[in-house]
Amino acid sequence: MAQSNGEGMDYLERLPRRVVTLYLPLAMFMFFLLFPFYWMTTTTFKPDAELYDYAHFNPFGIVHPTLMHIHKLLFETSYPQWLLNTTMVSVAATAISLFSSVCAAYAIERLRFTGARYVGLAIFLAYLVPPSILFIPLAAIVFQLGLYDSDWALILTYPTFLVPFCTWLLMGYFRTIPYELEECAMIDGASRLQVLWSITLPLAVPGLISAGIFAFTLSWNEFIYALTFISSSENKTVPVGAITELVEGDVYHWGSLMAAALLGSVPVVILYSFFVEYYVSSLTGAVKE
Amino acid sequence: MASLSIENVKKTFGGTPILHGVSIEIPDGAFVILVGPSGCGKSTLLRMIAGLEEITAGAIRIGSRVVNRVPPKERDIAMVFQSYALYPHMTVVQNMAFSLKLKSSPKEEIAAKVGRAAHILGLQDLLHRYPKELSGGQRQRVAMGRAIVRDPSVFLFDEPLSNLDAKLRVQMRGEIKSLHQRLGTTTVYVTHDQIEAMTMADQIVVMNNGRIEQIGAPLDLYDRPANLFVAGFIGSPSMNFLTGTVCENGFKTQDGLLLPLYAGAAAHIGNPAVYGVRPEHLALDAGGLPFAVELVEPTGSETQVQGKLGDQPISGVFRERIVTRPGETLRVTPQAGAIHLFDAKSSQRLN
Repeated sequence: MAQSNGEGMDYLERLPRRVVTLYLPLAMFMFFLLFPFYWMTTTTFKPDAELYDYAHFNPFGIVHPTLMHIHKLLFETSYPQWLLNTTMVSVAATAISLFSSVCAAYAIERLRFTGARYVGLAIFLAYLVPPSILFIPLAAIVFQLGLYDSDWALILTYPTFLVPFCTWLLMGYFRTIPYELEECAMIDGASRLQVLWSITLPLAVPGLISAGIFAFTLSWNEFIYALTFISSSENKTVPVGAITELVEGDVYHWGSLMAAALLGSVPVVILYSFFVEYYVSSLTGAVKE
Repeated sequence: MASLSIENVKKTFGGTPILHGVSIEIPDGAFVILVGPSGCGKSTLLRMIAGLEEITAGAIRIGSRVVNRVPPKERDIAMVFQSYALYPHMTVVQNMAFSLKLKSSPKEEIAAKVGRAAHILGLQDLLHRYPKELSGGQRQRVAMGRAIVRDPSVFLFDEPLSNLDAKLRVQMRGEIKSLHQRLGTTTVYVTHDQIEAMTMADQIVVMNNGRIEQIGAPLDLYDRPANLFVAGFIGSPSMNFLTGTVCENGFKTQDGLLLPLYAGAAAHIGNPAVYGVRPEHLALDAGGLPFAVELVEPTGSETQVQGKLGDQPISGVFRERIVTRPGETLRVTPQAGAIHLFDAKSSQRLN
């Protein structure tokens, strides 16, 4: 009663105990997760002189902040082009994957055709084949199709690992939607597609969002396929471009590398911050009626 | 509006038979209730009428049309589900208009039909709420509104009241019945609650283990149950059964008590049988049989007494304010004309 914001049986735990069991581990975990971002950010805005001189400058702070590295990144490399490529590839691959996954998951979960369970299992097994093995046969296909060194090489290969995961995630989500709603809609006069479009999908929005975010993030960060299937600088994606163009031999342009990483992670962070609640609720299987 | 006929319909789920050939004729405008314990196949039968389950064998006709292979949306039916199945992302008015929108009815017609249904059910003030903002009874009404709007030839109800509390259930029972009287649409209603069946139906179909035990008007089922199952299922508290044999001057229970029988029972002399009498048909009678009282439950309007007749448990319901306590003995006699006699082997009615 004194602490009205506590939940359930929280009042049973005394503060010191909570510090040890909750706040301390949480703080360590936060530090562990956020320190790389902090390091990335300070390095981005630090002049080279400070960057390489630990004796005179505190490595954790910045004395004379500079935009030099960002300037170099934006105007002396094809970084804006890489950003554009990455965005296009990620959006297209995500759209294709989501569409295919919705169809697959709905068919497996609701149409219950003969062998639906095994198809679901097979899709999942496909997910277990690591990209580091799969890129060799995929490279042959990409060459045959004449897609080498184009955005399409990536847009069409990313779904190989996006579709299985999204399908599984959506299958789980569709399962939480009461089947009676669909039966009722069918009696009301809806066809299968109308049921999917006006009943199932609106109710599966949290699932769709988390599948979308997942697909988008994976495409955004993908490295192996982008490294193998793209050769010319202006077609590269951010992760590959940064590594191949900002590391010359054994010279690491740390400031610009970190700037590339920072600018590259900003769009994903923004995306997450909009949808984080949906993302969490769908991964933990929240059901609503 | 249309009649509905179910002809020798069978259903098997992966080799397990659920319905063993069920036939029911439902005339146009009738209110028919399928009642039975859970797992008796009544919901499956309703879903087969709706087109949500395939029909293994037999035929279902709506009007003169066989609908075995007709998809649900073309059967011209409306169904109210136990969970109501309201679309959570749509407001009340969108829920009710959904089927009309799919038919691309003109806007004015949709508004008129939804308005009429809302008026009938008293939903005018709730039209723009979402299902989660409604109480159980209101959701129930919206689900019915959605069915009314379609103006179907058959209404199907699948245990629509079982999620409501006792008081609301009685109220909605009355509303559904008066709705049927007002609209006159053929209705098939599934429930496991025999009180609902007794109070609402024109015809009751009692089902058990995938078979029909008896079809009849509520009071016919009450007065002349065809077999032991129906006798025990219809009526609350349920009928007393005493086992014994028919003898020359009555019915001798297994522990030697002699109960009166109707004239004409002589045909069954010597046969083992089950003697049935409803608790409300036991009358206090100083010269009657000894009824050892074990539990007394006064409800105000009547008094329910449980105890033993000889060594067989029975219960009695008395309109009189009897003063008795456990351990005492009442004297009772079954009312003439309210006695049921069943064959012990086939459990079919004998009189």
